[in-house]
Amino acid sequence: MDFSSLFSDSLQQAFGTSAIVYCLAAIGLNIHFGYTGLLNFGQAAFMAVGGYTMAMFVTQWDVSLWLAMLAGLGLTAVLAILLGIPTLRLRADYLAIVTIAAAEIVRQVYGSIALKKYFGAQDGLTAFSADFRALNPFDGPVDLGIVSWGKNDAWVVLVGWFVVALCCLVVWLLMRSPWGRILKSIREDEDAVRSLGKNVYYYKMQSLMLGGMIGALAGFVTALKSAAINPSFFATDVTFFAYTVLLIGGAARVLGPVVGAIIFWFLLTFLDLFFSAATDDVGSVLIPSSIMTNQQASLVRFIVMGLALMLLMIFRPQGIFGDRRELAIDGR
Amino acid sequence: MAAETSLPTNIETSSEEGLARSAAARAALADVAREPGAAKPDPILVADGITRAFGGLKAVDVAHLEVQRGVITALIGPNGAGKTTFFNLLTGFDRPDDGTWSFNGTKLNRMPAYRVARLGMVRTFQLTKVLSRLTVLENMRVAARGQTGERWWAALFAPLWRGQENENTDRAHDLLARFLLDKKAADFAGSLSGGQRKLLEMARALMVDPELVMLDEPMAGVNPALKQSLLGHVKSLRDEGRTVLFVEHDMDMVRDISDWVVVMAQGQVIAEGPPDSVMADPRVIDAYLGAHHDTKLTFEAEEKILDAAQQELAEEQENEQ
Ligand SMILES: Nc1ncnc2c1ncn2[C@@H]1O[C@H](COP(=O)(O)OP(=O)(O)OP(=O)(O)O)[C@@H](O)[C@H]1O
Ligand SMILES: [Mg+2]
Repeated sequence: MDFSSLFSDSLQQAFGTSAIVYCLAAIGLNIHFGYTGLLNFGQAAFMAVGGYTMAMFVTQWDVSLWLAMLAGLGLTAVLAILLGIPTLRLRADYLAIVTIAAAEIVRQVYGSIALKKYFGAQDGLTAFSADFRALNPFDGPVDLGIVSWGKNDAWVVLVGWFVVALCCLVVWLLMRSPWGRILKSIREDEDAVRSLGKNVYYYKMQSLMLGGMIGALAGFVTALKSAAINPSFFATDVTFFAYTVLLIGGAARVLGPVVGAIIFWFLLTFLDLFFSAATDDVGSVLIPSSIMTNQQASLVRFIVMGLALMLLMIFRPQGIFGDRRELAIDGR
Repeated sequence: MAAETSLPTNIETSSEEGLARSAAARAALADVAREPGAAKPDPILVADGITRAFGGLKAVDVAHLEVQRGVITALIGPNGAGKTTFFNLLTGFDRPDDGTWSFNGTKLNRMPAYRVARLGMVRTFQLTKVLSRLTVLENMRVAARGQTGERWWAALFAPLWRGQENENTDRAHDLLARFLLDKKAADFAGSLSGGQRKLLEMARALMVDPELVMLDEPMAGVNPALKQSLLGHVKSLRDEGRTVLFVEHDMDMVRDISDWVVVMAQGQVIAEGPPDSVMADPRVIDAYLGAHHDTKLTFEAEEKILDAAQQELAEEQENEQ
């Protein structure tokens, strides 16, 4: 088994375009769940609305990509308001239920035959990334020694991590301010915050909108990295992977989602490559097929990943970056 | 006891003006009738026909109640009398089935809790609600009113709110010192003891700078020595010109600091008056301190006693006229 290529391929994914998508999605969830305590299980819906609006505006009406992105952000904010109005006054679980449903509805709508004219049904949309690629400064593959990306991927990676950095900066600025303090207070006890004269509903709405719009950025990257968009990109597990990323890094930490995304994608790739190499009949077989066949290998990574997450929650429930002291006072 | 003498008690250190104001307010109460629903000369809070039922149980059924401005009013009553529910209704945390109420002349019907608080009517909770994973100091700072940095766009630019934040921090430290929590300022509020949480909640409510402070059992779980100094603080609130309405089971405390006492039982206001006269009232002793406290009552027996009491009441009122 070639461990050095295993390692470099995993690093490639850890800093690659998928990691950026999940990192941005998790930054949004961090605002919702980590800071405000809102249970949004439909981050995929925000990503889909962002990505699809951008793609559709370009393909349907031929507007510039940047204007289409603004529209995507705007519609995501509208989605947040629509989901928030009926649920944010109720107990936390209602938002969870409504967002799960919304994610499914959104995906079905974009995949529906009736709207094929606009969203391309299961085939999705393509040919909307010209404006983005036109700005690409790279004219060939980028090789950084250990990792290397093709021309287009490198451009997405560069812009993507820049956007991640920008989002982290915004989150940091907001969460050290009185505004962020209100979000954290709402997470701790809504009624206490109300009794002090703060409009809890209004702040929850702002949180839902902001986190959703960062989710839209993740949707943009999802679409631009493959220069295509289709409903399968926004399946329910997207949201749960984003939560995994958040929990690995540590909720309510500015850099939690970044570290979480890098570790998540490193492990996921590493385990995949490792098990498929270990069960490969051609090479030196590490694991005999009576235990695991080559076909099973790619699924085993999720089992191991789940196990690792469980162990993390047991032995370091605050995540990599979390503060142990905060956890000690939970549930009192 | 050394511990007791080291506690700051500023009962006697109130300003001249404050003392004069509270003396005047209490003098005004001298002429108020000692009966449920009595009209006050300068009410800050007026409630009318407030009812709230949970299923078949009428938890609150207050026909009329006025709270005098600038005095300390105690709300007492046996467990389950409806005191906390009444607090919830007045402050917008629960909606009554019926009734109107106003604060400083502003009608509060259907007003959300946060707006009630902004008007200057701030309450604490019987089951303390501290913000556990925030520090004690942050708990205080979040309560300050009118913070520029609470708007999302201003939040991004620290220079816009830094000055205000510093002022609030100073005020928070002053209040924490007053409640003996200044050494805990940097700790998580969740690490405080039960009594300390009560203190923090009270200090936090004061951070809002309320006109009317509503405290739900502020002294529960606070040690006797500290209780003594807290009594002083509550009195000084009145002397600053604030109005205090508090629920308490500790009769010594009620006797010590309240200017006026309202007694609730089974959702209704059954008596009102200055502490001494209320506590001598046979109706109150009956309902609250419990002539029948030790005997287990059947429902029928309870009805009978209630009827008898009501008859007695009616007779008494006739005699008075
Ligand atoms: N949410 C609720 N649902 C059903 N019943 C309730 C509810 N809240 C209060 N009650 C009932 O209303 C009555 C009054 O309760 P409340 O908490 O107001 O009493 P209290 O006077 O504050 O008592 P304590 O001195 O023990 O705090 C009780 O009989 C209680 O069981
Ligand atoms: Mg109570």
